[in-house]
Amino acid sequence: MDLQTIWFILVTVLFTGFFVLEGFDFGVGILHPFMSSDDRERRAVINTIGPFWDGNEVWLITAGGAMFAAFPEWYATLFSGFYPALLLMLVALIMRGVAFEFRSKHDNPAWRSFWDWSIFAGSAIPALLWGVALANFIRGVPIDQSMNYAGGFFNLLNPYALVCGLASLCIFTLHGAVFLTLKTTGILRERAMNLAKKVWAPATLLSLAFTIYTFIETDLFRRLGLNPGIIPVFSVLALLSVIVLLRRNASGWAFAMTAVAIAFSTVTIFMGLFPRVLVSSLNPEWSLTIYNSSSSDYTLGIMTIVAAIFVPIVLVYQGWSYWVFRQRVTPDSELEY
Amino acid sequence: MEQHFIIMNTVTIPHVTIAKEILMDTLFLARLQFAFTSVFHFFFVPLTLGLSIFTAIMETAWVRTGNEKYRKLTQFWGKLFLINFAVGVVTGIVMEFQFGMNWSEYSRFVGDIFGVPLAIEALLAFFLESVFLGIWVFGWDRLPKALHAASIWLVAIGSNLSALWILVANSFMQSPVGYKMATDGSRAEMTDFAALLFNPYVWKQFPHVLAGGLVTGGFLVIAVSSWHLVKGSKDRSAFETSMKFGAVYAFIGTILVTLAGHTQMQDLIESQPMKVAAAEALWETENPASFSLFTVGNEKELKDVFAIRIPGMLSFLAYNSFEGEVKGIKDLQKEYELKYGPGNYIPSIITAYWSFRFMVGAGTLMLLVSIVALYKVMRESYTFSPLLGAIMFWSFLLPYIANSAGWILAEMGRQPWIVFGLLKTEDAVSPASVVSSGELLLSIAAFFIIYGLLTIVDVFLLKKYAAAGLEAAQ
Repeated sequence: MDLQTIWFILVTVLFTGFFVLEGFDFGVGILHPFMSSDDRERRAVINTIGPFWDGNEVWLITAGGAMFAAFPEWYATLFSGFYPALLLMLVALIMRGVAFEFRSKHDNPAWRSFWDWSIFAGSAIPALLWGVALANFIRGVPIDQSMNYAGGFFNLLNPYALVCGLASLCIFTLHGAVFLTLKTTGILRERAMNLAKKVWAPATLLSLAFTIYTFIETDLFRRLGLNPGIIPVFSVLALLSVIVLLRRNASGWAFAMTAVAIAFSTVTIFMGLFPRVLVSSLNPEWSLTIYNSSSSDYTLGIMTIVAAIFVPIVLVYQGWSYWVFRQRVTPDSELEY
Repeated sequence: MEQHFIIMNTVTIPHVTIAKEILMDTLFLARLQFAFTSVFHFFFVPLTLGLSIFTAIMETAWVRTGNEKYRKLTQFWGKLFLINFAVGVVTGIVMEFQFGMNWSEYSRFVGDIFGVPLAIEALLAFFLESVFLGIWVFGWDRLPKALHAASIWLVAIGSNLSALWILVANSFMQSPVGYKMATDGSRAEMTDFAALLFNPYVWKQFPHVLAGGLVTGGFLVIAVSSWHLVKGSKDRSAFETSMKFGAVYAFIGTILVTLAGHTQMQDLIESQPMKVAAAEALWETENPASFSLFTVGNEKELKDVFAIRIPGMLSFLAYNSFEGEVKGIKDLQKEYELKYGPGNYIPSIITAYWSFRFMVGAGTLMLLVSIVALYKVMRESYTFSPLLGAIMFWSFLLPYIANSAGWILAEMGRQPWIVFGLLKTEDAVSPASVVSSGELLLSIAAFFIIYGLLTIVDVFLLKKYAAAGLEAAQ
């Protein structure tokens, strides 16, 4: 396996990790206004992701850094080309990040409500935009001969990408709801369970719609074959199983299945891309691939060594932090504000 | 519609046309946004660097002595640290995205090299600080004391490691090493990772930035502690303790930052003589070279209008001897023309000159204040006259002035280069066909509004929690 392929896999792993982890804290951010009847409950809901969300977001920062280091042309074309979308994403992530810290630091209903809706919007916008972005990777965007984006903002907002965006928004919301059933008790858990069951249907329908649309709109299934293999099939099956597991009150398994659904869908899209990273809708020859957009073998080699040493270390201590905060959060216990 | 515009254009008065040209100039707008977002980001970073270590020291004192006073101080300074940290993190994400968004040509040119420390920074430093910060904030009752203290140390180490890696990246822009040009000349490629990491420039700049962080933290501790002591708040004994620690911390930081700055300036004479000459408004090569106390210069004709200079002083600062040649702007320009072809290789002298003076001036004042503070705490005297109290308080601004001025000198003094000797800033910006001036204006407006809001909220909360004292932070 060449270094470019190794780094394509690593970038896939980083994005997958980002979607699986930040996915549920996006979901909790989207749901928290609808989960709570008073401030203590709301704080309890937010505290289920309190210790985790920042570490989860680093998966995105690392994915961005890895793209820059391993595939600078991909990073440059994507970030300059998707400019307004990324600006919107930045604004959302900024507001959301400070809101977690600021909301409880001042006891005033208007203040809290402002930051709470910042958390909501700051979670919902990226949850939608990431779906839009991934769909456009695979559908293709106008990229010219010199690897520059030649479209506008509205090229990104095609119906196909919007369906994918809505699907990712719903799946992350579902993922967050299921996470909340794992991390709360009593009335909060009941509410989370109801929300999860409600969100499941649109999440599943949109995902199926996206899958069918992908058949029509992209070459993904032509490339993977009509029998696309175990990963895409499993991602659909996992999502279908969630409702059964929720009805049986098996939160842990349901969470595992939403995680599998997110991970496997991400992997499917990246598999469909390979060895391309950004498809050009103008001319297939102008698509960015792992070969025409990569760094030198020397750089990739250095990065491989660094990743081989440090990714496992990160996984261990981040995993440990999840273990430390494994208990459920209740509004009656002492809450960290 | 079109005709209408043409008519409008023909009647525009000249200065409006100029304003319009500037607003259409993507290079100018991208630079403006970078300057604004990076200076703003760096308001928060040094305090994160310095206050994380200070909070860790407080908690270590608590673990070792069991004295509750230190636990309260840990939570008090930790609270201020967190409020500041949040803004530092979110404005940092902008920096990572901005290279690709506004500087795509730069990203293509240096990605092979520059991307590596950025990725390593995320993997080694950001995960460490984020994960352990979560553990620290939510783990007071869940972890043994020593492990809890260890997690704030890991946050501090993570933050300072992140500074190291971003400076490895920046040092390549300042003084490129360990690379070769690709055969088609389209990009620089890494040939020696160790050379990049052990770039002498890194090891001059990193201590400078690190010490800058200590100073920023130290002076904030002095300001808040002395404010409480002057005001006679309760918890007097705790604030005397933090005043003592803060004074020592700020003093050590100031000495280190002075030494590190001095060393870096000496190095710059080798690596970027033009930056030094511009910072000194040294038009002609001199031996021994004089140090400018105050210069009003004519930048067009490259000469003094009015100047007070100390003879030989620049040579002394540069070489620890009153002899030694320091190259002047005009000679360097000629030299660079020969080396890099025709062009203007002189940075904005007024910017370089005054940013250097603001940095050194603020540094000198910090040294004086920290000596007074140290003298007071060594004599165990914790009463301040109103004047001295005001000085102790407002001095917290000095490190901010020095930090910002220092970076403005570092980045503006390198112009016209974005990567010294390899790529000019004007060739690094995203093509206007991809990122239009309209999009840039939109993003500048967005960042202005949001950063303005963040400033107001951050100052409001820092003030609130700093003034509320120890109990509010429990």
